[in-house]
Parts: sequence; structure tokens; C-alpha cells
Amino acid sequence: MSAAAHGEPLTATTYITHHLTNLTVGSGFWTLHLDTFLISGILGLVVFGAMAAVAGKATSGVPKGWQNFFELVLSFVNQQVKDTYHGKDPIVAPLAITIFVWVFVLNAMDLIPVDFMPQAAHLVGVEYLKMVPTTDPNHTFAMSITVFLIMIWMNFKVKGFGGFMHEVFSAPFGPKLAPVNFIFRVIEDIAKPISLSLRLFGNMYAGEMVFILIALLGVWQLPLALPWALFHILIITLQAFVFMMLTIVYMSMASESH
Amino acid sequence: MSINATLIGQMIWFAIFIWITMKYVWPPLQKAMADRQQQIADGLAAAERGKHDLELAAKRSADALREAKDRANGITAEADKQARQIIEDAKEAAKVEAEKVYNAKMAELEQEAERARSALRERVAELAVAGAEKILRREVNAGAHAEMLTALKQEL
Repeated sequence: MSAAAHGEPLTATTYITHHLTNLTVGSGFWTLHLDTFLISGILGLVVFGAMAAVAGKATSGVPKGWQNFFELVLSFVNQQVKDTYHGKDPIVAPLAITIFVWVFVLNAMDLIPVDFMPQAAHLVGVEYLKMVPTTDPNHTFAMSITVFLIMIWMNFKVKGFGGFMHEVFSAPFGPKLAPVNFIFRVIEDIAKPISLSLRLFGNMYAGEMVFILIALLGVWQLPLALPWALFHILIITLQAFVFMMLTIVYMSMASESH
Repeated sequence: MSINATLIGQMIWFAIFIWITMKYVWPPLQKAMADRQQQIADGLAAAERGKHDLELAAKRSADALREAKDRANGITAEADKQARQIIEDAKEAAKVEAEKVYNAKMAELEQEAERARSALRERVAELAVAGAEKILRREVNAGAHAEMLTALKQEL
């Protein structure tokens, strides 16, 4: 258990609240969660920068080291894309790779013991630090809304304005029930980004919460933290995979006419 | 924990990372993987072709071997036949030669016999004359009876 901030008496509630508070600048809507923004950005730059560097030197001969590893990841994702998405658009595979890799890396921050980074930040005078960007709904919604926008754009691109409108107003009940069809379609499409982001957020937030609760147990955290961390590795990978997979499915649905 | 400007910041990050992946990560790695796949496919095809060539060569060599064997057999048979023919011819020639020699010898013998016979005839006539002379010493004149003796000689 870390030392409490601002000299308040340290209770379980303040401890948990402290861990769940973002480092912010600005106010009102123009508040920026600095920790979410910087951690996700820096990790992304490191990972995607490394991938770009390796890809720049990629050889078609015998792959070595990191190239081998990245090719493994990329061909795994690409296999999912090939199995599910039958369109031609070149954005889908890179989008799926970005989602899988980024979400996986950000989720993996959950495995750093809950007090390490906040304590380190405390020592250099930073009061709050939330280490896992995917436990911030701003982050998950940002990703799902971006996916949603790409999905709408792809609908227009593949079916054309007329084709898309025809689908929106005539499926599934036929043109006579156009308003009903339209409402159904709106609900269906709005539900997609919401479920996508809330699923990831809920899972990671709950996992983080369990870590914090385990950290409250004093000496009993020792036998509990490891099993939960091991189990959490599964959740981390699974959530990254699910986000990626559903994105591919949505892209696939957007490129197929009914 | 509320929706605020962080949303926009995260969308910008996301867009940047999608762009990096789309431009700098995915195409070169995909190209490398596709090229490698092509290389492996080519290598396998070449190996298959090599195997096929080997099979063909083995078949060709077996054919050549069989053909050579057949020809050797033919040549041997031909040689056998020729040898037999030569022996046969030689036998034939020898027989003809032997016959010729035999005939010549036979003719010579015949002549010899004839000569001996005629000599004998001469001698018989002489003996007859001598005998007759002895018998007829007194009454037969050799000169007077020469004609009769010659006729007798002729008859013999």
C-alpha cells in the first residue's frame, strides 16, 4: 500500500480512489488525461517505431530476431483478416494489426505491479498516475469511434451513397417499412462502437480493480497477485484479439451488400 | 473518469499509428513474406523438376543399357552363325578338294594299271612267242609266222 497523497489519512477508499484518478491538465471538456495520452502515445511510438524500423530492413531471405517475431504477429493477424474479410481494401489488415498490437501493449501495462509506477511518479512530484490507458474510457471510445468512422466510410466507398442508403432503408424488412429499417440500422450501428469500447474498458478496469484490491491485503497479496497476473495475461491477449476480430467483422459487414 | 478532450487526443494517436502501420510496417513486411513464399515455392518446384529429370535420366540410361545388351546379343548370334557358316564352308571345300585329289589319284592309278597291263601284254606275247619258239624250234620259222603273231598280239 502506498503512502497516501496530500497527507490525508490512508484508508482503503482513498487508496483505491488515488489509484483510479488520472493525471489531468485543463478543465471542463478541455481536460486532458496526461497519463493516458502520454503512456499510450509513447508506447505506441516505441512499438510501431520498432516495427517500422524492422520492416524497413526486412529481408525476404531467412528472417532473424525481431523480424521473425513481427512476422509471426503480422501473419497471425493477417490470417484472421483473410478468413473473415473478403474485400480488397488495403486499410483492413493494417488497422487490425494496429489494434491488436496497440491494445495488447497497453493492456500489458496492467502486469506492472499497481504501486510501482505511481510510487516512482510520486518521487518526482507527479501526484496521480493511471498506468493502463485501456482502463480509461476516453481511450477505448476513441478507438471504437475511429473504427466506427472507418466503417461508415467503407460503407460509402464500397456501396456508394445510393447503395448504402438503399441498404439502410430497405434491410431487413423491405422498402415499405423504411422508417423501421432505418431505426433498426441506427441502433445496430451505434451499438457496435459502444459494445466494442465498453467491453475492453470493463474488462481492463475490472482486472485493474482486482489488482488494487489484492494489493490491499497486506501479506496475503503475495500468494494472490501472481495467479491473478497469470490469469490476466489471458485476458490481456483475449481482449486485444476480440477488439481486433470484431473490427474485422464490422469491416467485413460494411463491405458486403445484403 | 469522464469523457473529455482526451478522446480527441487518443483518436489522433490511433490515426497516427494506423498510418505508420499502413505505410511503413505492413507493406514491406508483407512484401518480404510474399517474396519468401514465392522463393520457397520456386525452390520446391525446382526440386520437383530435378527429381523428375533424374527419373527421366534413369529411364533413359536403362533404355540405353537394354538396347546395348540387345545389340550385343544380336552381334553374338550373328558371329555364331558366321562361324558355323565358315566351318560349314570349310568342310564343303575340304570335301571337294578331297574328292578332287582322290579322283586324280584314281585316274593316275588307272593309267598306271593300264600301262602295267599293256607292258604285261607285251611280255605275254613275248612269252608266248618264246614258248612257241621253244615248242616249235624246229618247224616254225619266226619270220614266216610273224604276221600271225602280230594278229594274235592285237587280239590280246
